[in-house]
Amino acid sequence: MIISVKKMSKDKEEVVLITKDGIRHDGRKKDDLRDISFHVGVLDRADGSALITWGRNKILAAVYGPRELHPKHMALPDRALIRCEYRMATFSVPDRKSPAPKRREREISKILAEALEPSVFNYLYPRSVIDVYINVLQADGGTRCAAIAVASLALADAGIPLKDLVVGCAAGNLYDQAVLDLDDVEDKEGQGDMPLAYLPHIDEIVLLQSDGVFSPDLYKTALDMLIPACKKIYKLQRDALKSKYSQITEEVADAPEKEAKSKEKAKKEPAKPAKDGKKEAKKKADDKKEKPSEKEAKKRKFSKKSDKKTDDEKKSSTKKEKDDKK
Amino acid sequence: MTNAGLISLVEREHIQSLLDHGKRTDGRSFEEFRKITIIPSYIQKAEGSAMAKLGKSKVLAGVKVQIGNPFPDTPNSGVVTTTVELVPIASPDFESGPPRARAIEIARVTDRAIRESKAVNPESLVIIPGKKVWVLFIDLYVLDYDGNLFDACILAAVAALRNAQIPDIKIINDAEGNPEDVELLETTHPLLMDHIPISCTFAKIGKNIIVDPILKEESILDARITLAFTEENKICATQKGESGSFSLDEIKKCIDIASERTKEIRSKLDAITDPKGNPWSDDLKS
Repeated sequence: MIISVKKMSKDKEEVVLITKDGIRHDGRKKDDLRDISFHVGVLDRADGSALITWGRNKILAAVYGPRELHPKHMALPDRALIRCEYRMATFSVPDRKSPAPKRREREISKILAEALEPSVFNYLYPRSVIDVYINVLQADGGTRCAAIAVASLALADAGIPLKDLVVGCAAGNLYDQAVLDLDDVEDKEGQGDMPLAYLPHIDEIVLLQSDGVFSPDLYKTALDMLIPACKKIYKLQRDALKSKYSQITEEVADAPEKEAKSKEKAKKEPAKPAKDGKKEAKKKADDKKEKPSEKEAKKRKFSKKSDKKTDDEKKSSTKKEKDDKK
Repeated sequence: MTNAGLISLVEREHIQSLLDHGKRTDGRSFEEFRKITIIPSYIQKAEGSAMAKLGKSKVLAGVKVQIGNPFPDTPNSGVVTTTVELVPIASPDFESGPPRARAIEIARVTDRAIRESKAVNPESLVIIPGKKVWVLFIDLYVLDYDGNLFDACILAAVAALRNAQIPDIKIINDAEGNPEDVELLETTHPLLMDHIPISCTFAKIGKNIIVDPILKEESILDARITLAFTEENKICATQKGESGSFSLDEIKKCIDIASERTKEIRSKLDAITDPKGNPWSDDLKS
């Protein structure tokens, strides 16, 4: 039996959600997003995977498929089934969540699958399934929006033909002011929350929910704020995808040089008689031992480069944000 | 084998014949671990957390600390429970749903290693004897599965406990001066860990016994054995698994090797713990 004990000091303090000057409790302005970064291809076993850190949210998505569908009666004769599972880790929230899926997780799984489906050329894979697994490792408000953005990237990483990437973002109502991207405190204490997902190229909304209260005007203001925000996030998404594949291109470009070098080496070394086979094998083994360190050094170089890139991206994105505000 | 994906006959024979020549597919020796990296405090909302990477296998552990009732038969000890989730993110062979036998086995072995080594003294978790104790939930999520989940899970669990923070408390007495209620304060203190269990898992393939099997090796193994050691070089947990068998000599040899390997890992535990490490980078070569 777990006894819930109220934390005394924090609950008594009242959080000022938004000041008269429009500054929110974490210092953001009305239309500021939290820091967002994407990493593509973070898992080895999955066909496609991606990680998003959005403020304090950490969400992992993996895609398996297209693959054979079980149970078979769920198969669609003309297209692939997009099956989505959104789950939260027990330690993702302040009070431990029980590991069994809740009704909330089931609902979100369903709407996420339905929001992803319009972005996929699913008629290419009839009778199969594309499984999208989303694990929220740490939650801090706006997880379903972050989840759909990262799931879409994982689909792209899996090489599944897409019409567009899906971007998500939420707006909210803080004392009749529309603000972007609620965090957990604002979500709980605020007056309304409106998650949205959007296809930036096709210009269609694929997910829209709201709870709390919005006046019609406020609702429209919130919608108008969300579309440009989604386009900003879309840019980050696309850059993350590009950075993974530009890294691979670099690695591939380096490969022929290496090969040529090793061939030269082989030419210089006179072929050894078969009797020395053992020695040769040993030598080869030694060579092998040396190679990994080389590779490792190279990899480190790459990772450093990519780190820099992401830093640059952050800078550019924040710059852009600033420009937009102006 | 029930626990891993299909493997082609050619690949099976390849791995076996390499082993017969004293080699492994990834170039390691029979008694060598893959590179281990631990990234502590990955989840800020958990009281303690860590990501353990064992080669390509990744396990994320989170420790949640709550106040609860002690079990009636042990009024003077706290509660530590371990769960393992084999989420479908980690492998095409994992399905969602309540934990099955395999996840339960890993969770119970991890739990055993922690409990039997007295890693956390259960008496130190008592708040009001017989009434209120700390309950530690160690939840392990396997995120990427490339073999040897037992060692990866134990490493992650121990690393998460090592950086766990317990909230400070104030005990409220009733009119007669007996402790009645507990109030949580904002401040925290580190969880006291008395011992650190570390495990070493072996796979037996044919006549060969190898340490830290990767997925491909696991998928053709005949038998598996996990041995966990304390820093005093005492075995605190054993688990033999799968349908094959070991001879007495083999077990004895495993004990000697495991003792060495766990000592090594323990000695470099701080060196492989990297708070600034990127949990998602692909730094596999050791």
